[in-house]
Amino acid sequence: MKSDIVLAGVGGQGILSIAAIIGLAAIENKLFLKQSEVHGMSQRGGDVQSHLRLSDKPIYSDLIPYGKADLIISVEPMESLRYLPWLSKSGWLVTNSTPFINITDYPPIEEILKEVRKVRNHRIIDADRIAKESGSARSGNMVILGAASPHLDLPFSSLQNAVRKQFQKKGEDIVAVNLKALIAGRNA
Amino acid sequence: MPFEIIVLRSMQKLMLLGDEAIALGAIDAGLSGMYAYPGTPSTEIMEYIQSSSEAAKRGIQREWSANEKTALETALGMSYAGKRAMAAMKHVGLNVAADPFINSAVTGVNGGLIVVAADDPSMHSSQNEQDSRFYGKFSFVPVFEPSDQQEAYDMVFDAFELSEKYRIPVLFRITTRLAHSRAAVERKVSEPEKPFHLPSDLRQFVLLPAIARRKYKALLASYESLKYENRLSKYNVFRDGSNRKLGVITCGIAHNYLMENFPGSGPDFPVLKITTYPFSKDIIKDLTERCEEVLILEEGYPVVEEGLRGILDNNLKISGRLDGAVPREGELNPSIVAKAVGIISDPFPVVPDVVKTRPPSFCNGCGHSDTFNAVIDALKPYKIDGVFSDIGCYTLAALPPYSIINSCVDMGASVTMAIGASDAGLTPSVAVIGDSTFTHSGMTGLLDAVVKSSPVTIIITDNSTTGMTGGQKSHATGRLAKICEGLGVASEHIRTIIPLRKNHDDNVRILQEEFGFRGVSVIISARECIQTASRHRKEMSSENKIKE
Repeated sequence: MKSDIVLAGVGGQGILSIAAIIGLAAIENKLFLKQSEVHGMSQRGGDVQSHLRLSDKPIYSDLIPYGKADLIISVEPMESLRYLPWLSKSGWLVTNSTPFINITDYPPIEEILKEVRKVRNHRIIDADRIAKESGSARSGNMVILGAASPHLDLPFSSLQNAVRKQFQKKGEDIVAVNLKALIAGRNA
Repeated sequence: MPFEIIVLRSMQKLMLLGDEAIALGAIDAGLSGMYAYPGTPSTEIMEYIQSSSEAAKRGIQREWSANEKTALETALGMSYAGKRAMAAMKHVGLNVAADPFINSAVTGVNGGLIVVAADDPSMHSSQNEQDSRFYGKFSFVPVFEPSDQQEAYDMVFDAFELSEKYRIPVLFRITTRLAHSRAAVERKVSEPEKPFHLPSDLRQFVLLPAIARRKYKALLASYESLKYENRLSKYNVFRDGSNRKLGVITCGIAHNYLMENFPGSGPDFPVLKITTYPFSKDIIKDLTERCEEVLILEEGYPVVEEGLRGILDNNLKISGRLDGAVPREGELNPSIVAKAVGIISDPFPVVPDVVKTRPPSFCNGCGHSDTFNAVIDALKPYKIDGVFSDIGCYTLAALPPYSIINSCVDMGASVTMAIGASDAGLTPSVAVIGDSTFTHSGMTGLLDAVVKSSPVTIIITDNSTTGMTGGQKSHATGRLAKICEGLGVASEHIRTIIPLRKNHDDNVRILQEEFGFRGVSVIISARECIQTASRHRKEMSSENKIKE
């Protein structure tokens, strides 16, 4: 088993939480794990990514080679396209459809979604809307993770356990709302 | 927050960033003092030790220092008193600390001393991609260059032992991808801290020429013995192969990128993995004598490659960064390495044109944007195109829509460049520097300005934190006006403004008053970083609302 995942978004959108939850689920399943992150300057509203690698065998590189990612999970539509060179031919691209616009030349969203639809295996979901409907506008990242979960080689129950672990310090309400968002994304 | 420290305990293993692995290694190896100034990608070493309950319980010293030089000197002082110390910094921070670093090789140490330099090839968050291994050679100290998180942890133990055995500081060189990537690390049995004990030779740290000459001779001799030291050489691993056409030397994490391309049983050619320096020429000969051609894969400068080639490029067939087999600059990755060893990959998809660059920018509501809007308007009557600036979040004012800063060179250079340009006739000569950068290296420059009554305006953007690296404590907080006054700036020319939109007109007026003054003025533009402010609010409210 090997699962190479590129997580994409804009600084502050919560991709490291997604990474942490997948990581916890991978550990529950006794998998090897490497996760590279972007810290520093780019975190100020720039594009950010994390390479997450799971395997039942030891992993060498912290970085995923071009053309080898099994999955791109993006909380922002334009950012999902930035990492296409990493996506394998059979890989999945799962992205939020709500843009995060903090640049003046942000292209029309339809042009972006047109490019996303050119990817053979893609999922576009309105995570912001689903998050709001499930009671927490700020858990769009959990919705996206839920939507991507069928393409992760991990039991869904492990992801649910990981969400509980990740948010337990913040209280039962926070755990519940994030679990709800995860399931809403899975069922979207 | 800069990141969340996610420590996952499972099967006695921890998921750690490379930075955190070094930090935990140091704690477990009996560290007594950690000294650092924040700088990507090294910041998380100190942050891990600051947040460690074990470090707190043991009373490990772990306050940020004013800059990398003071950090290293303080670490050297702890070593003088017999205890184990670590100083950590980004690569360019080692330039700031180069003076104590190179001289500490000559003085030698008492308690073990490790200096960590985190290099940033491809310049993700830096002004250059200098390779700290050069500093090892420059100062004749051993260098560890771990290839993964576990090795980073393990090597700390050997580095302290080695430091004490040879009574020499040890350099730890890591690069961004190891610093900021997590993997499982297994802990060892912890070692107790060293007892307080002064050096047996109290003249050891007195580098008067007569003593320094003697010590330098000993240093050169020890560098030769280090080539055969097991604590170093055991990490340099030779793996033979049946295909003798090519032999590959990998340095540090380049090894992972090579192995990634040979899943299963690995490559069929000989591979020499180098992770410590200096090494003996015997291990190189093991490889070169059985292969027709040698490829060298190094993250950073072609340090080993240049050594092997020598000036005459002898008769060995060598490829690497110098002949274009590997790009001359930038970090490595598995795809670059695949190409270098002749693996032909399928073409991969390209990024569609619709994707625009998304550079970092000021956060919504950041005080810096109000400061620079005021600076832009205040400069309008003058025929100058911008101001000098420095290193921090405010450097982003070089980008549109501000495009108002014309320099970002090194910590503190805004102040001194403004003095020099003013000497040459620039009026007004204005510098914008952050509060933490100012106490790092701006104060001495301001003293220069005061002594010669230079007509410069120094704007200190005081957000009460070290913002760019994620909000570490700033030495300047609550002290700026007093520092400037103490350095001799006239108190009527130390002005404080609050960078808010509603104060814009007042702020422009105050700036212009000081631009017109033919002497040193300081304008403190004070408003807390909105990131740390919101964190402080959250800490104060008893319950967090939701998510990170």
